[in-house]
Amino acid sequence: MSEVKIITANEAAAEAAALCRVQVIAAYPITPQTPVTEELAAMVERGDLKAEYLTVESEHSAMASIVGASQVGARVFTASSANGLLYMHEMLHWAAGSRLPVVLACVNRGVGAPWTILNDQQDSISQRDTGWIQLYCRNNQEVLDTIIQAYRIAEQTLIPVMVCYDGFVLSHTNMPVEVPSQDEVDRFLPPWQGQGLLESGRFVNLNPLILSEPRPDAQGNLMPGYMELRHRLHEDVLASLAVIHHTDEEFQEIFGRSWGGLVWRYRMDDAEHALVSMGSLALEATRAADSLRVQGLRTGVIGVRAYRPFPASALVQALAAVKTVTVFEKDVSYGYAGALATDLKAALFDAGVSVKFSGFVAGLGGRDVAAGQIVQAATDAILNEPRYGWVDVRGSST
Amino acid sequence: MATKAAKELPREEHILPGSRSCAACGLMLTYRHALKALYPGKVIVTVPASCMTVLHGVYPITPVKVVCINNTFAATGASASGIVAGLKATGKKGYTVVAFAGDGGTYDIGIQALSGALERGTDFIYICYDNEGYMNTGTQRSSASPAGAITTTTPILSKLQQKKDMIAIVEAHRIPYIATASPSFPLDLYDKVRTAKEIRGPRYIEAHAPCPPGWGFPNKDLIKMGKLAVETGLHVLFEIREGKFGLTSWSLKLASKGRKKTVADYVKGQTRFRKITAEQIDRLQSFADEQWNYFLERHEKGC
Amino acid sequence: MSELYEIVWHGRGGQGAVTAAKLYTEAAYYQGFKGVSAKPTYFSERRGAPVSVHTRISSEPIRTYSNVTTPDMAVVLDDNLLEMVNVTANLREGGLLVVNSSLTPQDLGLSGPFTIALADAFHASEAAELIVEGNVLISTSILGPLAAASHLVSLENIQRAVAGKFAGKAKDRNLKALKLAFEATRVFRRKPADAVSASAR
Repeated sequence: MSEVKIITANEAAAEAAALCRVQVIAAYPITPQTPVTEELAAMVERGDLKAEYLTVESEHSAMASIVGASQVGARVFTASSANGLLYMHEMLHWAAGSRLPVVLACVNRGVGAPWTILNDQQDSISQRDTGWIQLYCRNNQEVLDTIIQAYRIAEQTLIPVMVCYDGFVLSHTNMPVEVPSQDEVDRFLPPWQGQGLLESGRFVNLNPLILSEPRPDAQGNLMPGYMELRHRLHEDVLASLAVIHHTDEEFQEIFGRSWGGLVWRYRMDDAEHALVSMGSLALEATRAADSLRVQGLRTGVIGVRAYRPFPASALVQALAAVKTVTVFEKDVSYGYAGALATDLKAALFDAGVSVKFSGFVAGLGGRDVAAGQIVQAATDAILNEPRYGWVDVRGSST
Repeated sequence: MATKAAKELPREEHILPGSRSCAACGLMLTYRHALKALYPGKVIVTVPASCMTVLHGVYPITPVKVVCINNTFAATGASASGIVAGLKATGKKGYTVVAFAGDGGTYDIGIQALSGALERGTDFIYICYDNEGYMNTGTQRSSASPAGAITTTTPILSKLQQKKDMIAIVEAHRIPYIATASPSFPLDLYDKVRTAKEIRGPRYIEAHAPCPPGWGFPNKDLIKMGKLAVETGLHVLFEIREGKFGLTSWSLKLASKGRKKTVADYVKGQTRFRKITAEQIDRLQSFADEQWNYFLERHEKGC
Repeated sequence: MSELYEIVWHGRGGQGAVTAAKLYTEAAYYQGFKGVSAKPTYFSERRGAPVSVHTRISSEPIRTYSNVTTPDMAVVLDDNLLEMVNVTANLREGGLLVVNSSLTPQDLGLSGPFTIALADAFHASEAAELIVEGNVLISTSILGPLAAASHLVSLENIQRAVAGKFAGKAKDRNLKALKLAFEATRVFRRKPADAVSASAR
């Protein structure tokens, strides 16, 4: 039987990992991820979770060791935030390049310098091009559910999955979460038949150097070179769009909850204006949309759940009929604009969709973003010239 | 039982002809004898970016009949911890997990991950093949390079610092087995890997691996250079089992006979020492003397 | 229209504000509110530093995690925080202020268009022997005056949340502390009606 608990997203993430029967956990503490690691360590020490818990000496080693464990066929889990995730960066590429079904909970936090322990999404956005699938969550229930889904997706595609949720905003906020029974999760997620190195014949057995040219093996078969393997990873990450979508559908059949697959919509049916965002900020945007409608601006919200692979056609479809698109995001690509805004703009351009398009950077380093601020920025973007801007930067004009 | 003659070594080769290592590679010889000692059995080797990666071949062909996991330069110890945990968690039994890293991957960039794995008590063998520099990238200085050596990053002044005392660092982790070895003394190397294989917990073996192109000596002198390093006391062969210290092999003989060779004899055959000054040789000799006397004293005390 | 109640808790790191808020939101969930959230706004793990927790209780699922700016209730776990933080500045008219204090509203300099509930949660916990590592824990006793002055969440549901969190002796002591503080509450009402203005928003 499932049970509703009032828990934080960190507790939900730990519960989810345990329900997925992870076999090896390696993690290094960093605020605000720490409670995930503490919870799991306690579960293992109590004997509630039969797993190896590696208290590694760094995030680089955390990812290196679960990569090692995954290579010999174990189901693995780790979590990190901010500079810890950045310290893993090399190993993130390695995990994806080795085609390992690793799942990582990224508790989103701003990146130093200067230090902040509070939330934005610069950490995970900075890992955009590592070959990982990235899913963003809007509440604690979605965190729990998405981690369970992540193992299905990762093990089906042999692509690692990063489940991202906002630090403190979700990680430390208590809210009701329906925790499914072990039985339900077992039905959804069969044991991982580790397609590791020890089982030969899989291309995960990427043994030593790989040069760019395809080369014949000892039997004379032409084997992929570096570039072919990169191409395959790219194609497979693109193809995972369908897997993410279907996994959410299948999840709904067992658990009765769906999170929209790749993107979710709020009041979009008759919308002329769309607000697009990710994570908890997208949920805040739904309140802004309600207010904008009161002002006479028919507004809806698109929440981007899968950021990589980028759900370009799902977004184009969802936004085909609107007059304006305004993106709000907690990251920036210095020297241009927010990552989501630029990706989305490219997708709309490719599809020939012409809209009035604006993008705003908001809530960096834990700066509180209330619906009213979204309303203010969106109203300006809808009624005036489209632009790239920042929300609530004090002491300077934006 | 110590192996007495080369003919007692297993005949089976695990490295086949066609390896991509340089001719007369000290690492290659070290690996060859280590694998003889590790088999029969189930072995998983984890390797950072290094000469070893090259030796292991260019995909899809490998000359080595071993399950080899590549990992990143800094990650060797952590990779081993993960492999061991993964095997345990999935109920795969009977594997010997061996990390094989160079001095750069051990003394320098990999020291944190190594320390972590040793401190956690990871059940694995770590073999450092010390060729005294970043040879895979073309002979740059590492903290294992000897003082007085010209490298491509100490091209004019030569290396000014003495070699880092890695054994002391490893020993501070109080692990059950530490040994030094040399491919110039293959029976000793073989026996030490065999011994290590039977012990549980973290085991560390450091093999001094001469590198003809990096050190600048003819291929035919590979064995000679390894021997000279031992005979001068620059590299001392010993074992530390559960804190009990004992010299082995040629170093054990030297304990009674005394050292006949000097650092000057060692450096003159290697072009990396082409700019070494008399003063630097004296300092390197003092370094060798102090090290030798220290280990000799420990040998006599037995700990 | 959905009902939404917002509460800000003020305490010091280690005093129990986070736990108190969590227990209260749990109790609210038992009461039938579908949307409850408790978001702490502390920084690094520091004992003694001022912390606040922002709680929302709603008939509908919560869609905002932004800071509460105009609370219906403010709960103060340490009356000397009143000198540092203006806890009533944005308190809604007709709202409720709960303070852990043995003093009177006059002593504390408190007055305004809101109800004041005072209880010596510290002594209630001390009497219930809720002392760990030399610190008196008031995370449950502070809920006593809240239950006494507001009908939003019943004492029974708070007791249920407390009983669910603790076991054995700790459970008995926490329940006792809650009860003692509940009974010792002094309520100074501005309005005779409900202590909380259930502003429909």
